[in-house]
Amino acid sequence: MSFATDNRIESISGRGITVRGDDIDTDQILPARYLKTITFQGMEAHVFADSRAAARLSQRLHPFDDRRFEGGSILLVNRNFGCGSSREHAPQSLRRIGVRAIIGESFGEIFAGNCVSVGMPCVQANADAIATLQRLNETRPQTSFTLDLTAMTITAANAMFPVALAEGRRQQLIEGTWDPTAVLLAAGDAIEQTLAKLDPATRMSP
Amino acid sequence: MGQSLYEKVFNRHIVREVTPGQYQLAADIHLLNEVSSPQAFEALREQGFRVRHPNRTFGTSDHSIPTGGDPSDFVDPMAATQVEAMGRNMSAFDLTYFDPAQGEHGIIHVVAPERGLTQPGMVIVCGDSHTSTHGAFGAIAFGIGTSQVRDVLATQTLLMEKLKVRRIEITGRLSPGVYAKDLALHVIHVLGAKGGDGFAYEFAGEVVDRLSMEERMTLCNLAIEAGARCGYVNPDQTTYDYLRDREHAPRGAAWDQAVVDWDRIRSDQDATYDDVVVLRGEDIQPMVTWGVSPDQSTPVGSCVPDLASLTDQEREATRDVLDFMGFGSGAPVQGTRIDVAFLGSCTNGRLSDFEAVAAHLRGRGLRVAPHVRALAVPGSRRVRNALIAKGIDQVLIEAGFEFRDAGCSLCCGMNADSLKGQQTCASSSNRNFRGRQGSPTGRTILMSPVMVAAAAIAGEVTDARLFFSHPNAAGGAQ
Repeated sequence: MSFATDNRIESISGRGITVRGDDIDTDQILPARYLKTITFQGMEAHVFADSRAAARLSQRLHPFDDRRFEGGSILLVNRNFGCGSSREHAPQSLRRIGVRAIIGESFGEIFAGNCVSVGMPCVQANADAIATLQRLNETRPQTSFTLDLTAMTITAANAMFPVALAEGRRQQLIEGTWDPTAVLLAAGDAIEQTLAKLDPATRMSP
Repeated sequence: MGQSLYEKVFNRHIVREVTPGQYQLAADIHLLNEVSSPQAFEALREQGFRVRHPNRTFGTSDHSIPTGGDPSDFVDPMAATQVEAMGRNMSAFDLTYFDPAQGEHGIIHVVAPERGLTQPGMVIVCGDSHTSTHGAFGAIAFGIGTSQVRDVLATQTLLMEKLKVRRIEITGRLSPGVYAKDLALHVIHVLGAKGGDGFAYEFAGEVVDRLSMEERMTLCNLAIEAGARCGYVNPDQTTYDYLRDREHAPRGAAWDQAVVDWDRIRSDQDATYDDVVVLRGEDIQPMVTWGVSPDQSTPVGSCVPDLASLTDQEREATRDVLDFMGFGSGAPVQGTRIDVAFLGSCTNGRLSDFEAVAAHLRGRGLRVAPHVRALAVPGSRRVRNALIAKGIDQVLIEAGFEFRDAGCSLCCGMNADSLKGQQTCASSSNRNFRGRQGSPTGRTILMSPVMVAAAAIAGEVTDARLFFSHPNAAGGAQ
């Protein structure tokens, strides 16, 4: 999903959606049976499909079915969110349902990278900050959160916390080069020169 | 100052530094499957790109392919569409396709090594997290998302940050009845499912030196379950003996030169690491998982956590997991009744995995318990053919296993092989996540293939070491 005009993402504001729990894997975010498509279109319909069904069965409300969070775009999560499979269907489904940034204690590595590819930053905040933000979101769901990738802060009501994101990824987002094919192509022949050096049979020295 | 293999291989593949700490990295080979590639091909067409290096791009269909016998006999029309699209894309862009219609298919992480595509010193990428498997050869191999699949198709490169390196040294020896799977689950148990976040794992030490290539693949396959994007073993004579004469391996003088180069990329004696962990081989027991994350495991003779012994915070999460899995607080895992037994996957679907099982079954008249459905799913058609040539298919069939065609099958529940309802599966696969095996309430207990076979026959989780020495005494379900 790319936008024809300006891809720069400097700050993102919106209401929150709190999904509590550690180790929420990509199989939970998007169960494997929805991977049998050949397009990402419509993927948003399956976000957390099994967790939401299980919650309904036990008369609970999953955050993505909780009307208090409807229209939220800042996802607030805990540790190791998005661990497991490399399926980009997980970030694609979240982005397509309207999530624009994810604030968590930590993230699955491949997931966090895939999120950059869809222009949806995964930024880290410490456990106390997350606890405060999640509480704020749950008690006052109308609260607006602002992730500022220039100042590297998340603010909401009177609270402000520092957030972390690898510098390279931050630059990609604020410069609008998070969809990097054009950047990679710009290397031109340097790609083939690097590949030519890699043939072990012709290599001279390490 | 010495360098690790990771540093040497990474540095060689840098095309340029794009933003601070972010490198444009060249990939030697790009592996494709039918699940994560169709949207990448779609984007390629939309944006008018060609595949930049078709000769470095290989693929097969593994996740959603039926394993019931005829690989074109789809129950699910969506899976059929996906596999058809794969074949169409591979031929439209003139890429090498290990085509199910030609009987060349299998799980890509089994197929590429057995054809000699996976070689030391390479950067290998694939839209599948278990790409870490290829690290067994001293390659830097990692899973990527679909946008990156598009990028690699279009440019043969991708953006990548440098990982830290943790050396995990396993000293001594593994005890009899303890396998590479147990070693991997032990590492994950000790360091945690997110312990490897930001790291590449270098596996070393006497135990790793003695592992066969297939065992090293099992170990590196599970690096991602330890949270490490990739894992690797330094190449050595075992690597070269495996690779030599495979169809994509260098030949003649090129082979000799390659070996000289591969020796050079081994981690230096004085290499510096961001972290070093030393584990004792003798401490490792056959492992079983009891939860929904691969680090929720225990030696087979031990028990699930006692809720009373946990902190308040841990207690709620653990109670939820134990409820999901049907375990009482502090209950033993041994004796857990199983409904399904699964031998296979990119973790444990290779020839030696089935040979180890067959060695315990052959000529003993052992039968899968009547209430258990047991599936033996070879990791590739080549593995399947080798099993047939050795008569191992008959050993498995006589014991009551379904001997199936190659594919991911019950590891990921994307074809017709899936758990139903709350079924419990003793599984040689890699993930025990909720819903992983196709039923949202299905329960997965990960273990080695030999432990799966023992559970299949006993009808319940059992210590294979004891069970196979006294199969009629152990186990309650016979």
